[in-house]
Amino acid sequence: MRTFRLDEYRIEDEPYYQPTGDEIELFEAAYRNQLPLLLKGPTGCGKTRFMEYMAWWLKRPLITVSCHDDLTASDLVGRYLIKGGETSWIDGPLTQAVKAGGICYLDEIVEARKDTMVVIHPLADDRRVLPIEKLGTLIEADPEFAIAISYNPGYQSVLKDLKQSTRQRFVALEFNYPGAALEGEIVMRESGLDRELAGRLVKFAGMTRNLKGSGLEEGASTRLLVHAAKLMVAGVNPVSACQGAIAQALTDDPEMLASVNELSSSLF
Amino acid sequence: MKPGVPLSLPAVRQQLDELLEVEYSFRDTAQPAAAIAALPAERQARLISWIRRIASTHVELGYQVACRGVAAQALMAPDDFEAWIFHSMDRYDAEGLRPALRVIEQYRQFAGQQQARSRGALLQEHEGVLSHFLRGLSGRPLKLSAADTIHTDSETLFLPPLLAGLPTPGQNFQLYKVTCALLWAQIRFGSFRPLLSLNAPDPGLLALYHAMELLRLKACLRRALPGLHRQLEQICQALGEAALPAEWTGLLARLETPETQATDVLVLARQQLGRLTPYPSTGQPIILDLEAVRTCMQVRIEKERARFKVALNSLLEELPGNVREKRPSRFTKQREEDPSVPEGFRVEILLDDMPAPLPDEVQALQRSILLDLGEIPDDYLQPAGPGDYDSALLRDPTRDADDVWRGSYHEEGAHLYDEWDFQRRHYRKNWCAVREREITPLYDDFAARTLAKHHGLVKHLRKTFEAMRHENRLLKRQPEGDGVDIDALVEALADAHLGFEMTERLLTRMQRNERNIAVVFMVDMSGSTKGWINDAERESLLLLCEALQSLGDRYAIYGFSGMTRKRCELFHIKHFEEPYSELIRGRISAIEPQDYTRMGFAIRHLSRVLQQTEAKTRLLITLSDGKPDDYDGYRGQYGIEDTRRALIEARRGGIHPYCITIDEQARDYLPHLYGPAAYSVVDDVRALPLKVSDIYRRLTR
Ligand SMILES: Nc1ncnc2c1ncn2[C@@H]1O[C@H](COP(=O)(O)OP(=O)(O)O)[C@@H](O)[C@H]1O
Ligand SMILES: [Mg+2]
Repeated sequence: MRTFRLDEYRIEDEPYYQPTGDEIELFEAAYRNQLPLLLKGPTGCGKTRFMEYMAWWLKRPLITVSCHDDLTASDLVGRYLIKGGETSWIDGPLTQAVKAGGICYLDEIVEARKDTMVVIHPLADDRRVLPIEKLGTLIEADPEFAIAISYNPGYQSVLKDLKQSTRQRFVALEFNYPGAALEGEIVMRESGLDRELAGRLVKFAGMTRNLKGSGLEEGASTRLLVHAAKLMVAGVNPVSACQGAIAQALTDDPEMLASVNELSSSLF
Repeated sequence: MKPGVPLSLPAVRQQLDELLEVEYSFRDTAQPAAAIAALPAERQARLISWIRRIASTHVELGYQVACRGVAAQALMAPDDFEAWIFHSMDRYDAEGLRPALRVIEQYRQFAGQQQARSRGALLQEHEGVLSHFLRGLSGRPLKLSAADTIHTDSETLFLPPLLAGLPTPGQNFQLYKVTCALLWAQIRFGSFRPLLSLNAPDPGLLALYHAMELLRLKACLRRALPGLHRQLEQICQALGEAALPAEWTGLLARLETPETQATDVLVLARQQLGRLTPYPSTGQPIILDLEAVRTCMQVRIEKERARFKVALNSLLEELPGNVREKRPSRFTKQREEDPSVPEGFRVEILLDDMPAPLPDEVQALQRSILLDLGEIPDDYLQPAGPGDYDSALLRDPTRDADDVWRGSYHEEGAHLYDEWDFQRRHYRKNWCAVREREITPLYDDFAARTLAKHHGLVKHLRKTFEAMRHENRLLKRQPEGDGVDIDALVEALADAHLGFEMTERLLTRMQRNERNIAVVFMVDMSGSTKGWINDAERESLLLLCEALQSLGDRYAIYGFSGMTRKRCELFHIKHFEEPYSELIRGRISAIEPQDYTRMGFAIRHLSRVLQQTEAKTRLLITLSDGKPDDYDGYRGQYGIEDTRRALIEARRGGIHPYCITIDEQARDYLPHLYGPAAYSVVDDVRALPLKVSDIYRRLTR
């Protein structure tokens, strides 16, 4: 594990974020009131980008942790390390953010081990403290510290559901794919693709979203559209770009792939 | 029988009499027997084996094949002949005896079609791709159904079962696709709307309107789906479609402007009636079946109107009481211009001037209503209680919407699974009907006897399994960790004193050794396990359960067997949640050999069962005595390839499949199925009880 230097986590340039509702105002109000945030929504719809934008706007360092099923509380809080014959304690990302008043974003929180919740809960209510069991200490969060977690409710697993006791502590912001016009803007801005083709890509996304639940687990996300658009700008023909960047990402089923490819070749 | 020598007439007759149960029926085998006896040996043997196979489906089918087989053989290559028989069996499966017999009778026609088939495209084969395609195009699901004419009733698209008008299968598939798109366009772009209120319309007018509409729809397609429109043009060219008659071209500009709607076309058709006649189309035309459209739409419109009003009502009821008391709430609608939809606008439903939070299914209803009517009529905005309507109007009789619109046949209460056909290189959709069945427990002395017999082994297994149970383990001398390793530190300090370099491995770390395993045992209950093997399987399972008791892994046990794709059975012996008990021992004791060894469905179904339980590691262990084998063609390579496919699917889902078998020939095919390291062959059946537990231990330590 390496030491974090929080300054590296400051965002200097304004990230491009296209608001789709009043999420910026909501986030800011929650932040000013020291309320923790829950970002709900499917993957690739702009949650991470939104966090980057808000961190920039609020001028706080942003520490993002992508959760996975081996992630333990120690990974967040910190652990001992030996350096040149000395035992030293190294703060984990969460502890650093707590101390320095950063924004800690725990992406896909349900993937983490259950024991991580134990350290998150006291930070997410009005105590705003972080217990460090190993050191026997309790750290009070800097007033500027904020915690945000993300969660994909479409992810169909009873076991990977967020517990009531957790979700009730957070102010929820719902994210979804932006409307057609906005999504087209995003695709254009992110890739440099022209309006006409961006519009068709968005239409294609709509077609795949129609298939959600009848053969596809998810439709194409904004992220995948941006990927395809970048390929198209690089000179790949639209049908191949959709096939490589979108269809193959959505499914392995040969029949479904054939259908999705027929849809994209209908549009271009 | 010596090779090369055909059976004599009496011998043939005797075989037919047996196969066709002549004793109990009035079937006369004299004629077919004479024809068959005259065949050369090889053809004779092949025909008789086909008669045997189809007679096992239904004796009458066997008899008809006996009567027509010789002529049919002369007409068709062996592959086509086989296809003819399978086609008949499929018909039997799906629709019963009569249609199956018709296939046998019409062998000449079949032989002719078979040639078209080699360059044509079959609806059945492309149904899946086309349904998904249509689902992607529109929100409303559309069914596909085989029919003699091409048309739609606004809910189902009717298409010929085979299209062979173009030279290659690929082009004929494209023809299906663009035809589907045109039918879809009729619905999407409102072709039927102006016809709903027409009173006894003149057939000439309808025909003219329909021809004009197709031109408008093609222009709509060009705007909405330019790629598809290009393909449509290519197809028309390949079909040799003639240029539009000169007197029509004048109209084209009108029909092709984006502003022209179906109502305008109807006006135009009235003006032109008597002056213009519909031009003939090449290939099979799309027809307009107004009666079908009207009936279908009327039913749906009534249904959706009721549902929409009831849905709005429940939205009101969900409002908090204080809001409801303040003032009566009111629904209104608001049009928003949107050039990207055919109507040119969207409708937003407002509740007290705020966008109403319509649930997904109500939004789908709204879209469907808009599609039929082109607007949301005002009276739809008056909420109504469910009591105002017949309940049949509010709820569909069938639960599983998916199965219903998927078409083909429908199996009550069964899970349907695809099966891989390696020759087609394609899944047969919803091919196997799988049911979970219960085993009636048998409370005899089997358990007591087995435990006594393997007394020593049981004790040994319990001990070894207990040793694997270790929970969290403290790892010492780690470079990273949560605590200080005092022993290591003391040593290191001593080293430092002596001038040695000090190690950095001074910490302890807790390794969480949660044995988070879920395993399903899939036990072969096919007929071939009768006797020794069945005994050994039951003993193995019992010992395994005893051993697993001390380990605490979550496990489930199912037996599998099948008799054709229509009867794929999984016998439930132990679910994950069930504790090991007297009842489970009784079920194990009651395991009895059943029918054939169809494997793919069992792997697919049990994979699903495994997926639904939470575990870090998921294992699927098969206990078997031989190759996949079922009598409806699931032998040989077909069964092996389907099984292999099912295993690939399982692995893709993060499941580790493993196979334990007593088939000595298994080394020939198991590596192909499971990979080189995921199977064991147990040579001695009697060793099975020990081996199964032992293999499990090795696999999971
Ligand atoms: N509202 C938005 N504004 C700007 N870019 C967006 C927006 N939504 C999605 N994107 C694009 O989609 C990509 C994926 O978004 P991301 O924030 O990583 O999704 P998530 O965190 O929800 O999985 C971004 O990199 C960006 O290109
Ligand atoms: Mg992300």
